[in-house]
Amino acid sequence: MNILVCLKQTFDTEERIVIENGKIKEDGVKFVINPYDEYAVEEAIRLRDDLGGQVTVITVGPERAEEALRTALAMGADEAILADDPALFGDEYTAAKVLAAIVKQREFDLIIAGNQAVDDGSGQVAVRLAEELGIPHVSTLTKLEVNGNQVVAHRDAEGDEEIVEASLPLLVTAQQGLNEPRYPSLIGIRKANKKPLTKVTLADLGLSLEDIEARTEITETFLPAPKTAGQILSGDLADQVKELVSALKTKDKVVG
Amino acid sequence: MNFELPEEVLQMKDIVRDFVENEVEPLAMQIEEENCVPDALLERSKALGLFGLSIPEEYGGMGLSMLGKCAIYEELGKTINGYTTILGAHNGIGSVGIVELSNEEQRRRYLPKMATGEWIGAFALTEPQAGSNAAALRTTAVKKGDRYILNGQKIYITNAPIAHVFTVMAVTDPAKGPKGITSFIVERNFKGFQMGKVEKKMGLHGSHTAQLYFEDMEVPEENVLGQEGQGYVNALKILANGRAGLAARCLGSCQYLLDRSVRYALEREQFGKPIFEQQIIQHYLSEMAVEIETLRWLTYRVAWMTDQGMNVVKEAAMLKLYGSEVYNRIADKAVQIHGGVGYIAEYPIERFYRDARITRIYEGTSEIQKNIIAAQLKKEYTR
Repeated sequence: MNILVCLKQTFDTEERIVIENGKIKEDGVKFVINPYDEYAVEEAIRLRDDLGGQVTVITVGPERAEEALRTALAMGADEAILADDPALFGDEYTAAKVLAAIVKQREFDLIIAGNQAVDDGSGQVAVRLAEELGIPHVSTLTKLEVNGNQVVAHRDAEGDEEIVEASLPLLVTAQQGLNEPRYPSLIGIRKANKKPLTKVTLADLGLSLEDIEARTEITETFLPAPKTAGQILSGDLADQVKELVSALKTKDKVVG
Repeated sequence: MNFELPEEVLQMKDIVRDFVENEVEPLAMQIEEENCVPDALLERSKALGLFGLSIPEEYGGMGLSMLGKCAIYEELGKTINGYTTILGAHNGIGSVGIVELSNEEQRRRYLPKMATGEWIGAFALTEPQAGSNAAALRTTAVKKGDRYILNGQKIYITNAPIAHVFTVMAVTDPAKGPKGITSFIVERNFKGFQMGKVEKKMGLHGSHTAQLYFEDMEVPEENVLGQEGQGYVNALKILANGRAGLAARCLGSCQYLLDRSVRYALEREQFGKPIFEQQIIQHYLSEMAVEIETLRWLTYRVAWMTDQGMNVVKEAAMLKLYGSEVYNRIADKAVQIHGGVGYIAEYPIERFYRDARITRIYEGTSEIQKNIIAAQLKKEYTR
């Protein structure tokens, strides 16, 4: 079984976000495999170990993202593809187009990705990729069973569990709880440095800039307003309720 | 000159750091109180490859350079030292003898299982009458047909309760003094092997040290490690090899204590400001930082020299001496900076203070290290 895993390198979730000149500062930041994508890598390795086949990890991202791919290889993936040509960077639309072009160049039975990335949290790329490829997808999986061509997927449906049956080829996305990702072993790290990692460019993928041009634009990047001290209402309970409703309407504008 | 660790070593160091932070450190208090490292943690450590650091890749280990081992030990030093000691004793004195001195058949028999941690290693030299004076051993080994019969007692054997393979020193020819000592590979299920009392210790909880009794213990002759009569030299070689690793573990613990101390000093307020603003605290922290930096580069230099095949007898002794003395000084300052918090068992500082004390004693006391250094100096100046 050929399994492709789409992953993204993100900030470590414990990093502090600093904005400088309208951009998020990356100096000295620790990068990791996006935690949801880590579940995807783990699930792919387990399936491969059970059913045989090959796991290929793919990412679109800058040169530093190679580190995330090497980590996935150290965990046990067989091969990696890095699209680090800056011409391939854009938004979710772009990423899905680029991934589709990479995927179309190879054989696959199953694609696994994280449900979302912890940095921008859009949750769009994997699902868009399935659309680009014209294959079905099941998102936010907490359990995955593969029997021959048939797949039973348990998905987290806003707190409830939905069980979906599908057949390969298929794209699924991983939710927290799908598995507990392993640490790469020390020997895995050594082996990873000898496993194939291919870099691809716009030209390699036969894409043109127009094909993949971003459909969205970031106009401003800013941090949430710092948390201020809460306000404790006092007085008659009925008055407090009125005051609260009015504050929610006018001050925080959370109620229409 | 190049002060950078190789890329592969850095990658491994990162993984071990994550593992220690997320999997070991949260259990530190539990390990301390129950005086036991949970099996599940040992199993996860085995899966990571932490038992195969010294064992060559062809036998299923990592075959790490001393530099690589020290980088990993530095990270392992940043948590409860009892856990670190299980790994240190296995990868160091517990397996290095078999890696360096064994023949092919012995390697094939022992190393693959030691690399995975299925068989844990221990080193059995010390006896009631023979500690720093290793040549005063009384355990005897008498050849009888195709086997040796061992009789005697060993004490303070780290990992003894969980180890399967012991590197044992015994006297084969009492007339020859140190040259009459031979090393043996002993398995715990050999007839006549008995484990004695498990010691109650000041620190290193989770790691266990016990007595061993050999009563007409039968050891097949193919289990002689190296040549008959070379046991004393072997023991010294094995101990010398362990010194850099031990210092690297001290280094990790020192770094942990500095991190904690700086953060605490910045947070703790007295006289209306953080105690960090007191010059005396700044000086304590600066002194700690300087000693750690010195220890770090001495550690990596000795490791590098070892990997180059250079003679490091003097430097390894200097490093073991310096690493353990610095660890004790830093632990003392960390307690002082933390004040009451540093003395209370609910916080980790007092644990490090107790764990630090043994480093000046085991694997060659500070005093013995000074003797080794002086002997080397004498050699250099009188040749």
